[in-house]
Amino acid sequence: MKNRRDFLKEAAAGAVLIGAESKLGLAAALDPHAGNGKSKVVVARDPALHDASGQLDEKRVQALLDRAIASYTGRDKPVEAWKRIVPVGKVIGLKVNGLGGKGISTHAALVLAICERLQEAGVKPGEIIVWERDARSIQACGLTVNTDPSRIRVFGNDVAGYEDEPVAFGTISVKLAKILTRECAMVINLPILKDHEMAGVTFSMKNMYGVVQRPFELHANNCNPAVADLNCIPTIREKVRFTIGDAMSSVYDGGPGFRPERLWQPNALIVGEDRVALDHIAWQMIERKRAEVGMGTLEAVGRPPRYIVTAADKTHNLGTNDPQSIHLMEV
Amino acid sequence: MKLCSMKSMLAVAAIILVAAAAGTGCKKAKFDPFPASAAIAGWEKTSETRVFAAKDLWQYIDGDAEQYLSAGVVSTSTSDYKYQGLLEATVDVYTMKDAAGASKILEKGQTKDAKTIPLGDAGVAYVQSVIFRKGTSLVRIVAYELTPDTPQALLALAHGVEAKL
Repeated sequence: MKNRRDFLKEAAAGAVLIGAESKLGLAAALDPHAGNGKSKVVVARDPALHDASGQLDEKRVQALLDRAIASYTGRDKPVEAWKRIVPVGKVIGLKVNGLGGKGISTHAALVLAICERLQEAGVKPGEIIVWERDARSIQACGLTVNTDPSRIRVFGNDVAGYEDEPVAFGTISVKLAKILTRECAMVINLPILKDHEMAGVTFSMKNMYGVVQRPFELHANNCNPAVADLNCIPTIREKVRFTIGDAMSSVYDGGPGFRPERLWQPNALIVGEDRVALDHIAWQMIERKRAEVGMGTLEAVGRPPRYIVTAADKTHNLGTNDPQSIHLMEV
Repeated sequence: MKLCSMKSMLAVAAIILVAAAAGTGCKKAKFDPFPASAAIAGWEKTSETRVFAAKDLWQYIDGDAEQYLSAGVVSTSTSDYKYQGLLEATVDVYTMKDAAGASKILEKGQTKDAKTIPLGDAGVAYVQSVIFRKGTSLVRIVAYELTPDTPQALLALAHGVEAKL
């Protein structure tokens, strides 16, 4: 089994494009492929992330984040690693997920850890927007709304509003949040891993339901193909480029709301750029947990996350769900 | 004549105002199933009661709303509580069209570790949550932390809610 140092060497030797610029003018230092044509996904774990009483150890969260990012970028020093991820002088959005309410929302400790590293990498506080659909969802993450532009801004679509003109792809037509369209040059996606009553699994792609005005209209047919269609909208596809998925706590059934009786602590972060590969890995984690507790598969209970397959098809081409094409790094 | 006419106009205006107030979907519940602070020993009600009509339920539990809609939810009320200043909990009261709808939701969610409790028409408890139904109401109470007091405190709060239904 490869250790972390081996992974770092491997990543460093891969096709990391130092200094390249994307068409959005972002750092573009990342390469979603591991140099072997595969999509890279890092799953970083810390079994001691929660203490005996179930409380999250914030220092360990920072260390886990650093380990995940180091493994992904091939850079041991967090500052160097983050400089490869984000551009300087642009507004960076952190799209959290607080839909499930307190108890099963993106953890504030992760958000704060990322904000700290972003600032160390040269991003000014006023260039960071932590964002969700409304104040309640933000509070569910343990965050406080702040619109003072001299500090890290934390607010929802209920403050900034939505575009008047809808955009369409495939089966859907939606109005996008202005925070996405007008404020952010790049968005780091911070979903939380959950079972989902309609979609089967909610993680990277499904978190984009929080960037549209009427997400409840996208739930038909187990959210398929709506999730895939939504992620194909150019603004989303181009700006939401990197995911740091919160799998520190999760619900393996009964989601997306908080169900303490189905709560589980994978104590993990899932990092990558290929949103389809990320969701495939996340789905497998949920299935393994369900099997462990004697539950049927999501297919068996009538809600397989078929949108993941759809997202990988030729029409959508958002990434790969082929395990042979995913370079999974467990560190 | 003029005075009489003005009185009539005022009466009409008053009727219109009352009708308008009733028709604007005032977010007050018809009944209040939420115990006030200190009504249950140790429990404090820490938020206003929020009420969601069926068509707006997605604003509270998007993604979860459909199962309640298919079971005939009419409205949902929710409020936050705190026990002894430390343990936070949320009480959700779903008013269904009929008792069968409440029963459907209660039965759907049960897992092997559910402990049947004598509460309302039927109820189950887990270490961090209590779910029960009474008539057309389905009540879910969840705590956000597990402490030695959690199960007993939740049960006491559940009994307080049940008594008000």
